Amino acid sequence: MGRTIISAKNVEVYYSEKQALKQVNLDIYEQQVTSLIGPSGCGKSTFLRCINRMNDLIKSCKFKGELTIGGQNIYDPKVNVVSLRTQVGMVFQKPNPFPKSIRDNVAYGLKIHGLAGSKSELNDRIEWSLKSAGLWSEVESRLGEPALGLSGGQQQRLCIARAIAVKPKIILMDEPCSALDPIATAVIEDLINEISEKFTIVIVTHSMAQAARVSKRTAYFHLGALIEVGNTKSIFTNPLDERTQNYITGRIG
Amino acid sequence: MPETKINFHKNSRSLWIDYSVIMMLGIMAGLAILITIGIVFSLLAETLNFLEEVSLSSFLFGLEWSPQTAIRSDQVASEGSFGAIPLINGTFLISFIAMLVATPLGLASAVYLSEYASSRTRDLVKPALEILAGIPTVVYGFFAALTIAPFIRFSGGSLGLEIASESALAAGIAMGMMIVPLISSLSDDVINAVPQALRDASFGLGATQSETIRKVILPAALPGIAGSLLLAASRAIGETMIVVMAAGLAANLTLNPLEAVTTITAQIVALLTGDQEFDSAKTLSAFALGLLLFLITLALNMTAQWIVRKYRNQYD
Amino acid sequence: MIDLKKIDGFNLARRGRSEKYFRLVGLGSIIISISFLLWLLITIVLGSTGAFRHVQILIQVDLTSEEIDQKNIQSTNFGSIIKSGLRRQFPDVTKRKDKKKLYALVSPEGSFELRRKVLKNPEIVGSITSVWVSASDDLSLYIRGKMDVNLPEDQRIVKNKELSWIKDLEKKEQIRIVTNWGFFKNGDSREPEIAGILAALVGSAWSLLVCFILSFPVGVGAAIFLEQFAPKNRLYDLIEVNINNLAAVPSIVFGLLGLSIFLGYFDLPRSSPLVGGMVLSLMTLPTIIIASRASLQSVPASIKEAALALGATPVQAVFHHVFPNALPGMMTGTIIGMARALGDTAPLLMIGMVAFIVDVPKSILEPATALPVQVFLWADSPERAFSEKTSAAIIVLLFFLIIMNLFAVLLRKKLERRF
Repeated sequence: MGRTIISAKNVEVYYSEKQALKQVNLDIYEQQVTSLIGPSGCGKSTFLRCINRMNDLIKSCKFKGELTIGGQNIYDPKVNVVSLRTQVGMVFQKPNPFPKSIRDNVAYGLKIHGLAGSKSELNDRIEWSLKSAGLWSEVESRLGEPALGLSGGQQQRLCIARAIAVKPKIILMDEPCSALDPIATAVIEDLINEISEKFTIVIVTHSMAQAARVSKRTAYFHLGALIEVGNTKSIFTNPLDERTQNYITGRIG
Repeated sequence: MPETKINFHKNSRSLWIDYSVIMMLGIMAGLAILITIGIVFSLLAETLNFLEEVSLSSFLFGLEWSPQTAIRSDQVASEGSFGAIPLINGTFLISFIAMLVATPLGLASAVYLSEYASSRTRDLVKPALEILAGIPTVVYGFFAALTIAPFIRFSGGSLGLEIASESALAAGIAMGMMIVPLISSLSDDVINAVPQALRDASFGLGATQSETIRKVILPAALPGIAGSLLLAASRAIGETMIVVMAAGLAANLTLNPLEAVTTITAQIVALLTGDQEFDSAKTLSAFALGLLLFLITLALNMTAQWIVRKYRNQYD
Repeated sequence: MIDLKKIDGFNLARRGRSEKYFRLVGLGSIIISISFLLWLLITIVLGSTGAFRHVQILIQVDLTSEEIDQKNIQSTNFGSIIKSGLRRQFPDVTKRKDKKKLYALVSPEGSFELRRKVLKNPEIVGSITSVWVSASDDLSLYIRGKMDVNLPEDQRIVKNKELSWIKDLEKKEQIRIVTNWGFFKNGDSREPEIAGILAALVGSAWSLLVCFILSFPVGVGAAIFLEQFAPKNRLYDLIEVNINNLAAVPSIVFGLLGLSIFLGYFDLPRSSPLVGGMVLSLMTLPTIIIASRASLQSVPASIKEAALALGATPVQAVFHHVFPNALPGMMTGTIIGMARALGDTAPLLMIGMVAFIVDVPKSILEPATALPVQVFLWADSPERAFSEKTSAAIIVLLFFLIIMNLFAVLLRKKLERRF
């Protein structure tokens, strides 16, 4: 059991009149992988997007409750969202590299936040990020080529490299493998295992097998509410709640 | 049991009606090509007639435009010069000023409307811009001559500058404001077409909204925006009434926006709205100018379409 | 650990300022554009108010003279009757130059107005009566306050002598301002005071009618063909490219086409609404085709499939089911195209509609003018009084444009059916 880094207390989210999250109380521990599972529409992606306030981009979305990272309430009006998102990175469901070169994709975050002083520093960071994402050997000779020329799996690893480049403390992943084939999925799961010691990772997945493979802790969501959370092994072998049991055994979902 | 006869033969009469209707419709569609052929043919035929009297090189490269035709064969100074360079220069000078005015205004408006404005603001501003676009150009021309030109002349005078009453600047500004809605609405469409996923990626990395727009969205939308700018330039070059009413007929070869210049379109109007014989070199030169104008705008339009088509699916 | 308020290291302050400026630039651009629009509209509206007011002079005319032939009233010199009326009122004007100035207070149209009145009311012949006739354009400008009277006399248009006569007339209440209905009832004139837009309105109406009759069926037919029946081959691409290009050709080129082919080759009547409408229809055709295609594309394919499944021929399926559902969008696009055609001047200038047309055209073959051309002609006139007329004509033009666009928007809203 590690220290709590993200703490949600009585979190509620509404899209106009519709309530998407009901009274979620959840602690996420640092430097390990936590997965959020549950059937479609259960609110796990919505919860994930609260952590880096991406829900702010949706006009009809309303947040209630308290969400703290490192002890600070991230919905405090004094908080600068830019700073938040630099320290909480995100990888999306469908790979979305910018229509730029591979190197420019990785360099984007570094440039806008002024994190690399000289050109050599920039290149070092880019190399480090791509290595950490397990993509360096495949692209080192063609960094100037368009990122959209890569395969789906490579693009997703590029997006991970892009997110890692700014050295966030937390990385959020929203079903990162759902658009990829099994081989690419395996590569990314290995990658997650490798980087999980350095970063705190929260991953939303609709595949229970994946949750079992990559995460230490698992939280089960159902119709907008958090039903159960605990060690992945015990959730899957000995769930405490009947609804969790039904989902695990495939009776629902 | 009586046999059930099923007759699958189509009613031949209705088939015949179908074919003739479809053919008639096809002819209507083919009219589009016929019109283009008509334009090219009529312009080309008269231009060829014109080129019998004036050489192509003196038309395209001549630096003096004073179109006269001899009334009597013994008339001295009856040689008119039909050098189109001053007209081309004037056309591009005024269009350049117009684009200089319209591009920043149009793009900035488009960006604000699509990325920052609330839907209420959008609902108010977009129709207002549509109105600006719908005002006939003859009104712009009148306003330019009546108000803008004297205003510029007066402000220039108070700054110590000597500005002509039919300055390229006045016409260019009026034309620029006319084009702003065009650039704004075309760019708006292009910007909206950029996928939300790219915005998500940029915001997820902690970019501010202006950084996302400047570094991700606009570069992604660039081909479409370039296409719309070319179309707007084409519109400016082909515009007639504003320049006829506000820019005058002085075939001046200059790059100074404070002086008066004339354009291809203004000259076409001047040549064809006087009383002259149809076949004189003067009237024929109008067709040669028309062909020149048609080719320039055609080149711009096709380039615009090509750019948009070539870069369209880059992020699919 | 995590510091969410960290200012340095991420350049937050500078980037926040950048963000603010960027937003301001965008908002500022919109404000500039809309301010320009308001500047234009307000200038023109304010400039037009004078054109709707008309100044008249009350003249005492003597119709008792034997010179008025009862049987041939037409040939009477009404001008001299007005002149004697003026002389009678100002008997001490004797010098010829002064008399000319006195007569110039009344519009040249005045004699025709008096004749019209006598013809309408023949019973006033043989009496001394007073009639209201139009004032001259300079007098009208002065009375309506559009003239600078503080200039020294030699720079003024209205000299001191005329001022004394005018003040006398005003004292005796012989000058009045009425609504200028003549603006809507008269055709063009060399006298700005009585010039009107009727001929231009009718000319525009005829031209737009011809334009609609020619371009709507062809445009809709072409669109239906391209969307529903055409094989997607090279010819199809060629037609599409052509339409897109024609939509962007400058309007003056269409005028040149009209001049050389309709007037030159086919020898159709110059400056007629027929030719004007034909040229406008060439310009409007691509717009209608593009709008109609978009409208047809928005009709779900399932409707056509259902009709075909019931045994309709393709043509029946399209014309009974797809076309009626696309019609509202087609009409909206057509109305907008017509509105654009209403305001377009350049091609009409090319086919000769630049002549001075006074009479209302009675058919599409007679020479005519059009509303935007009238604006152009009046804008070109040196007389100051025409400046107000130009603004007023623009108001009328904008009025019709607004009506047409509103109609298109309402039509779209009313017939919009959610599939």
